[in-house]
Amino acid sequence: MLPIEYYLWFAAALFAIGVAGVLLRRNVIIVFMSIELMLNAVNVTFIAFSRQMNNIDGQIFVFFVMTLAAAEVAVGLAIIVAMYRNKKSINVQDMNLLKW
Amino acid sequence: MTESLFFIFATMAIVSALTVVVTRNPIYSAVSLVITLFSLAGIFLLLEAYFLAVVQIIIYAGAIMVLFLFVIMLLNPGKEAKFLSLTDPRTLIVTLLSIAFIGMIFSLVSGSVNYIGEVMGSVEELGTTRNIGLTLFTKYLLPFEIASLLLLVALVGAVLMTKRNLR
Amino acid sequence: MLTDIAIIITKIMIVIGGTFTAVAYLILAERKVAGFVQERYGPNRVGIWGLLQPIADGVKTMLKEDITPAKANRIIYHLAPAMVLAPALVTFAVVPFGSGIDAFGRHIAFQIADINIGILFIFAITSIGVYGVVLGGWSSNNKYSLLGGVRSSAQMISYELALGLSVVGILLLTGSLRLNDIVEAQIGMWNVFRQPVAFMIFLVAVFAETNRLPFDLAESEQELIAGYHIEYSGFKYSMFMLGEYSNIITASALIVTLFFGGWTVPFIDVTKLGHLGAFLSVVSFAVKTGFFLFLYLWVRWTLPRFRYDQLMHLGWKILLPLALLNLLFTAAWITYV
Repeated sequence: MLPIEYYLWFAAALFAIGVAGVLLRRNVIIVFMSIELMLNAVNVTFIAFSRQMNNIDGQIFVFFVMTLAAAEVAVGLAIIVAMYRNKKSINVQDMNLLKW
Repeated sequence: MTESLFFIFATMAIVSALTVVVTRNPIYSAVSLVITLFSLAGIFLLLEAYFLAVVQIIIYAGAIMVLFLFVIMLLNPGKEAKFLSLTDPRTLIVTLLSIAFIGMIFSLVSGSVNYIGEVMGSVEELGTTRNIGLTLFTKYLLPFEIASLLLLVALVGAVLMTKRNLR
Repeated sequence: MLTDIAIIITKIMIVIGGTFTAVAYLILAERKVAGFVQERYGPNRVGIWGLLQPIADGVKTMLKEDITPAKANRIIYHLAPAMVLAPALVTFAVVPFGSGIDAFGRHIAFQIADINIGILFIFAITSIGVYGVVLGGWSSNNKYSLLGGVRSSAQMISYELALGLSVVGILLLTGSLRLNDIVEAQIGMWNVFRQPVAFMIFLVAVFAETNRLPFDLAESEQELIAGYHIEYSGFKYSMFMLGEYSNIITASALIVTLFFGGWTVPFIDVTKLGHLGAFLSVVSFAVKTGFFLFLYLWVRWTLPRFRYDQLMHLGWKILLPLALLNLLFTAAWITYV
């Protein structure tokens, strides 16, 4: 079996890529995808630790993270579509109002 | 065997994750993210989390990403203007921040010696559907119900949000 | 070790070869059935009864010019047909198509991979089959193909829910996700008699998932000309067709496995008959699958197409609540009776 560091480094790199995406991009859909990347990086760590400690709880957490991601994407994409209807733009920098 | 498979999946995941962030065409981003999610499912399999590997594909690749594609096609945003320019101070800040962040995580990972060691020998039964179900419906019953409530709220919220006329 | 590898490779070749042959003759059968329904002959020029027609068709599509539209997105345009075909072929890997034989000093199951999350694997693979259709429609840069792709993605997501939920009742009764366990639990009593509502929901949802009439909104000829594959020609077009018909075959095999006893033969215990039993089980599986393939063609040339709002209404407001009720009833039955 592989040492757990491999999985942790891999997850860290994936998380960092997600962070860079959120900070760099202006297309809100891509920002959203980068957030999914970060969530997945966390999932990898959860499962790796669950495997190492021989404890199922970590995998249950991943299950909940996936549930959360599904809910988040449904609402988030609905917000994006509503925003696009009103502003004709999906640039994050145009979304600086809390109402419309 | 496990090692080489891990490196194949990890490389695929990292490269496609980079493509998600770097490419200017949103459709390419979405397709690359699907490849990342697939490689992650492979890594879950290596960690013997069979149930989660399949659920990853069903939920993430099969439902969430199709939704993303659907919205991208619906809005058809086209290519984003150039977002990486060396003169922009934002780029510099982001680069510095990212490097600092990676350094922080790496130091954390290599510093916390207590947690690090061989992944334990094969315990075939850990990530099976049966085990996940047993734990989920006994120890985590209340969180499970709350999660279902969350999904319901999200469902109603998404429907309301996309209605053209609320009144 | 070597024998094991040889056995696995043989199984894969048999399954893929069998699927391709079945696809070729399914297309011929479709044209023949269409002819029968419309009171004409159907193809009968190439070979007796047109039996060599699939070969002629295959050669023809390979020789046709392969056109790429000027404004198409090339990478995705070339990848999309493969994205349809690959999942369609992979799904069959976990479907048991016979009881298995004892040879070379080991038991050879008639199934490529006997994994214990078989049914989840099938849902995972079918759920990614939609990418080829959606991306093919988008990358052609044609408004009709885009509409076809968008329609198909919404349709597939909507009917996957009902499809998955209708199977959960069976999983509750069987207590296993392995397809072989599900088949063996049906010896003596097919699941269709235990779960008739689930069967009806599954049947309708599977028609929608495979984009067949009466739910072929993604490629409806009269509205969208050909839908998502309007710009494809030559061998790429035939790859789309191969994928589509492989999906139909897999779907029929799945209906048989889940609801009609898979490879079991009514009133005969094939596992005790040795090689003859194995042969009988494969024949039983093939005959049942063949019936559902015929049902596909029969429905196609009998029922008119749904409107899109009717399709969504059926999926979300009728099939989904019905599947949930069925699940609730099954769970209550298992708990209290």
